[in-house]
Amino acid sequence: MTMRPIGEDDLQGLVDERLDTARRREVEAYLDAHSEARARVARMISLREEMRAAFAPIAAEPVPARLNLARIVEARRRPARPIWQVFPIWQAMAAGLLLLVGGAGGWGLREVVSPVPTGIEALAQSASMNYAVYAPDHTRPVELAAADRDELAGWFSARMRRPVAVPDLSGSGYRLMGGRLVATQQGPAGLLMYDDGHGARFVMLMRPMSVPGDAPMRAHTTETSNGYAWVQDGLGYSLVGAADPSILHPLANEIRRATAKAI
Amino acid sequence: MMDMMRLIEPLIPALRRYAHALLRNPTDADDLVQDCLERAVTRWHQRQADGDARTWLFAILHNLAVTQMRQRARRGAHMPIEDIAEANLAVAPTQESGLRHRDLMTALDALPEEQRSVLLLVTVEGLSYAETADILAIPTGTVMSRLSRARDRMIQSMDGTEASVPAKRPLLRRVK
Repeated sequence: MTMRPIGEDDLQGLVDERLDTARRREVEAYLDAHSEARARVARMISLREEMRAAFAPIAAEPVPARLNLARIVEARRRPARPIWQVFPIWQAMAAGLLLLVGGAGGWGLREVVSPVPTGIEALAQSASMNYAVYAPDHTRPVELAAADRDELAGWFSARMRRPVAVPDLSGSGYRLMGGRLVATQQGPAGLLMYDDGHGARFVMLMRPMSVPGDAPMRAHTTETSNGYAWVQDGLGYSLVGAADPSILHPLANEIRRATAKAI
Repeated sequence: MMDMMRLIEPLIPALRRYAHALLRNPTDADDLVQDCLERAVTRWHQRQADGDARTWLFAILHNLAVTQMRQRARRGAHMPIEDIAEANLAVAPTQESGLRHRDLMTALDALPEEQRSVLLLVTVEGLSYAETADILAIPTGTVMSRLSRARDRMIQSMDGTEASVPAKRPLLRRVK
């Protein structure tokens, strides 16, 4: 019986150990006689080993939680359907039309029912809005961490052009997380964020008021948050959180006392 | 259900390895594996009961990867900087093994996508030629010719024999 000629596929098969014993012997015999082919096969085998070694660590890593199969199966049982599947298209169109009518009507009535807030009301609104945006943020709730407390105070003071203190509430069991500068209709404001160590956060917004002097503390609420706002020596404060007024109110009093001493 | 868990779960590390090697971006790779597993869970009942779970899963993963790589090629590679470990951006230039590793990755990145997937499935994943052909939906002969070309090209690029293949996606290196 004449031997089938050795082909490129045989060389690849040898590298990948896919040849049967008889064929492997024939290929080996061929390589014994052809040193250049032998060298190439040897290099292909070493490449195979290098590649396996290079990617082996990935398969050895613990599987990330989001690739947990049980979790994926579980998530599929409660599918989050996109809105257009929940509401048929005509319902969506009708809803859009109603929104348009409502929006136009509301715009016409804007002066009557909802005057643009000013003074302490505007302050309270800014604080509630910023609470809603930043408190639930997991990635970057604050821009400067509490460790940079002095830098934070310096930053706020520079941008608000007056000395601003960063109250320490650790005595009441609240940890300063840090803060950031935020925009309001009336200019830059300082936003501080605190947490209670159990995941509950609240924010305090501070900005200069257009009128100097003090204003008494008043409560303000939205659907998701409670707040207390006051003005002290021309600087407006608003403390906002999801906590009960019975917790927030004493805290607001404490901050007012602390800032009165600090400045 | 138990059957599905039993067959799919042990394959997840290998699916991750293939996705990482193919995309060379850890976040994209895990996103892809997640997509793949979600699809596998949804379509488990559609798969042929006697079919091999491994080739079936790798085929799903591969098709998702190809779609993503084509989109990425159209939009230009996007690497959100905060998601990348320092190690991905900078390669330690001192160690011989580090250099070797970098050369390997550069050579792999320079391969055409269809050669890279064949080479990875056969060498790293240890799949047979027939399984690889199944996954990529190409004839076994094409697997063989791509494999041979991929290996020659890798060696040429790594060892600098003959004209070196220009790197398509050069790694960003720290300049000190």
